[in-house]
Amino acid sequence: MMLRIALFLLALATPLRAEINIQEVTSPGGIKAWLVEDHSIPFTALSLRFKGGTSLDRAGKRGAVNLMTGLIEEGSGKLDSQGFAAARDGLAASFHFDSDQDGVSVSSHFLTENRDQALVLLHDALTVPRFDQDAVDRVREQVLSTLRSNAKDPGAIASDLERARSFGDHPYGTDGEGTIDSVTALTRDDVVTAFKDTIARDRITVAAAGDITPAELGAALDALLADLPATGAPQPGRAELQVKGGVTVQDFPGPQSVVVFGQGGIRFNDPDYFAAAILNEIIGGGRFSARLMSEVREKRGLTYGIGTSLAAWDHAETLMGQFQASNENVAEAIKVIRDQWATVAANGVTETELNDTKTYMTGAYPLRFDGNDTIASILVGMQDLGLPPDYPKTRNAKVEAVTLADVKRVAARLIKPDDLHFIVVGQPVGVASE
Amino acid sequence: MFRTLGRAVFGVLALALPASADTVSNFTLDNGMQVVVIEDHRAPVVTHMVWYKIGRADEAPGHSGIAHFFEHLMFKGTKEVPSGAFSAIVEQQGGNDNAFTTEDYTAFFQRVAADRLDLMMKMEADRMVNLNMSEEDVTTERQVILEERGQRTDSDPGSLLSEQMSAAQFLNHPYGIPVIGWRDEIAGLSRDDALAFYHAYYAPNNAILVVAGDVDPQKVLAMAKAHYGPLPPSDKIKPRHRPAEPPQLAERRMVLADERVAQPYLVRSYLAPERNAGDQKQAAALAVLADLLGGTGTTSVLARALQFDSQVAVYASAAYDGVSVDPQTFSLVLVPSEGVSLGDAEAAMDKVIAKFMQDGVNPDELARLKTQIRANEIYARDDAGGLANTYGEALAVGLTVQDVQDWPEVLQSVTAEDVMAAAKLVLNRDHAVTGWLTTKEAAQ
Repeated sequence: MMLRIALFLLALATPLRAEINIQEVTSPGGIKAWLVEDHSIPFTALSLRFKGGTSLDRAGKRGAVNLMTGLIEEGSGKLDSQGFAAARDGLAASFHFDSDQDGVSVSSHFLTENRDQALVLLHDALTVPRFDQDAVDRVREQVLSTLRSNAKDPGAIASDLERARSFGDHPYGTDGEGTIDSVTALTRDDVVTAFKDTIARDRITVAAAGDITPAELGAALDALLADLPATGAPQPGRAELQVKGGVTVQDFPGPQSVVVFGQGGIRFNDPDYFAAAILNEIIGGGRFSARLMSEVREKRGLTYGIGTSLAAWDHAETLMGQFQASNENVAEAIKVIRDQWATVAANGVTETELNDTKTYMTGAYPLRFDGNDTIASILVGMQDLGLPPDYPKTRNAKVEAVTLADVKRVAARLIKPDDLHFIVVGQPVGVASE
Repeated sequence: MFRTLGRAVFGVLALALPASADTVSNFTLDNGMQVVVIEDHRAPVVTHMVWYKIGRADEAPGHSGIAHFFEHLMFKGTKEVPSGAFSAIVEQQGGNDNAFTTEDYTAFFQRVAADRLDLMMKMEADRMVNLNMSEEDVTTERQVILEERGQRTDSDPGSLLSEQMSAAQFLNHPYGIPVIGWRDEIAGLSRDDALAFYHAYYAPNNAILVVAGDVDPQKVLAMAKAHYGPLPPSDKIKPRHRPAEPPQLAERRMVLADERVAQPYLVRSYLAPERNAGDQKQAAALAVLADLLGGTGTTSVLARALQFDSQVAVYASAAYDGVSVDPQTFSLVLVPSEGVSLGDAEAAMDKVIAKFMQDGVNPDELARLKTQIRANEIYARDDAGGLANTYGEALAVGLTVQDVQDWPEVLQSVTAEDVMAAAKLVLNRDHAVTGWLTTKEAAQ
């Protein structure tokens, strides 16, 4: 769950430093990318994202895309795992492959002096990965080790319960890493299929930041990506969120409980999205002055931290929160959250809260872009959301335009005390499933 | 997460590298406060940090956790900036702020638009001397910290093992006590304890100011003189001479069995020397050793032997930090494959180490590592906040700006012989603690 929230924050981390200049680059071969050119440090960060991710797992093959993602870097072309790693490290390049329920992400950086060689390595990983059987078996064991740990991790247990409850049979309803049974049964062929399903040109988003010119980037894009297949598997359909308020308690030993709570969210392209984002920041932003942090931590000392997040996934939207608290404090914390939900739904927020939050959100806007890696990753996220490259110039105005009446209207529409559901993993005192 | 403890359970790599000297300036104010300015003009942003040379290991016996507790209380208000207002003001300026505590230091920082630096200094200087928290604030915050301990330590068997191992690693030195403190001692910390701690240790001659970002060093110095310059130094600041370790003569071993464990693993920590001012060679050799033994999941000595040539483990790593006032640890972590017992895994690990001691360093791997170290100097320039951390923590443990800037060269000069000499010194089980984290069933 924490991972989901973190990824979400990254995807929506749209603010840029004011003078940031995003160039649209189209390679001679027709591949599009965004670029922030900055020649002050001799390296380039390059980010790619392939839409679809673990939600493209085929029936009965849960975990195949995740396993495949872990294997891309385990040998390609003439190089086995050891050879690939030695070549990459010898160039001091960094490649990072990751998958989530909406995409497969590739983050890389490399020195200008090694750019061409680093791109050859990355090209081979993305086009001729070996998926050697011994690598499949070794990485599978690593995944299984994680899954065994998750089985006794209260946070992972809470996430699994929340997913299943919210999304049922949709891929969003289960962990993209798969289950011990499904991952154990995966074959090399399944990995190859997952690769073909997910890594294709029709679903790619690209961004670069750093020491590279548009012409150099164009050439690099063709060298890197022209050999990819044109198409992959179709995207999954929309996930229906099952909304029903209440409490689910799952017994787990320990002094504290992990609590995940949530309800439905709002689409990113909804005209009220910015009002909702401000509302979420006021209720459950990670700041000490946010309502839940103030009421649950600062005033009552019931938890070390609490926050909420408005998650706009490709196929569903949620408003989710999480905290951890001593078993004897859980009941009171839940009551405080429910009270806040009811208060906000009925009354909205105060003028001061709105103004302070606007100042925070607009002021924090230029601070997000702190380095080439971050910039490349945020640029990919922006494109993934379908935003135009001049979005940074208009974004603060959209925040500023939200009025107190807007927030009140959105609060009444979005915040639904009867829908609010809590999943409690632990041994909470005075809290039972309802 | 929020106002957090430092030092990850499995340590960190020591290869973090500084900026080139021409972007870094340093000064000392008349009252003893050190100032470091790192210029990075790519974005109109600044990181403002104040580091205090006071950490867990400087606490009085029986008061474990007060350094960290006090870090939280620093947000509880002065006459000018009431309780809770500090963070609220930073947020209203569009910035973020936080703080952290380790064995050796406590640090506070804000990240804001560069033109708000003056306000940050004004508020940070104010709370260095004018803090005035209420009894109620202390009581509530103590509850928050007990919840923090519950979340980070008591709910996590791996953290509990780590805490027990530290206690066994240090026979006499206070590094054996956890940064957050023992639960019963946290519960006993009072407002009077906190104020006594504050008046003794929060003073400009015990503090380091680090400013990194879109700033002019001379203007930062003028601003620092205006805000921090008038603060009086404390006469209670003494060199940090903590109880030293006696010779360690006997290996220590422990097993923590917990019903919340699903994936068993083992950790071996060895007592290891730290980086010292003007004398970083041995620490550099240990940093290189950690990387060669277990720095990567593919080509490192442990990964190759235990994950590729045999299937003993699903994960193997080595870690060494070296940035501390007194000797700390060099550690190994091994997660065995399904069906491999911790005993067999440990025996295999020790065999790999014994073979490494015989075979020595592979020159290709050492050359590759040095290429990466050179590249990391370039990559590090992309992160002014990271550079602020690198300088701040180094100065907070008694290293100098020069030591930080020499570090890449000292790493480059490490030879295969240096690595083996350091390995021979440190990888001695008489100085080591081995901890097994295991399932309840396996232990029965």
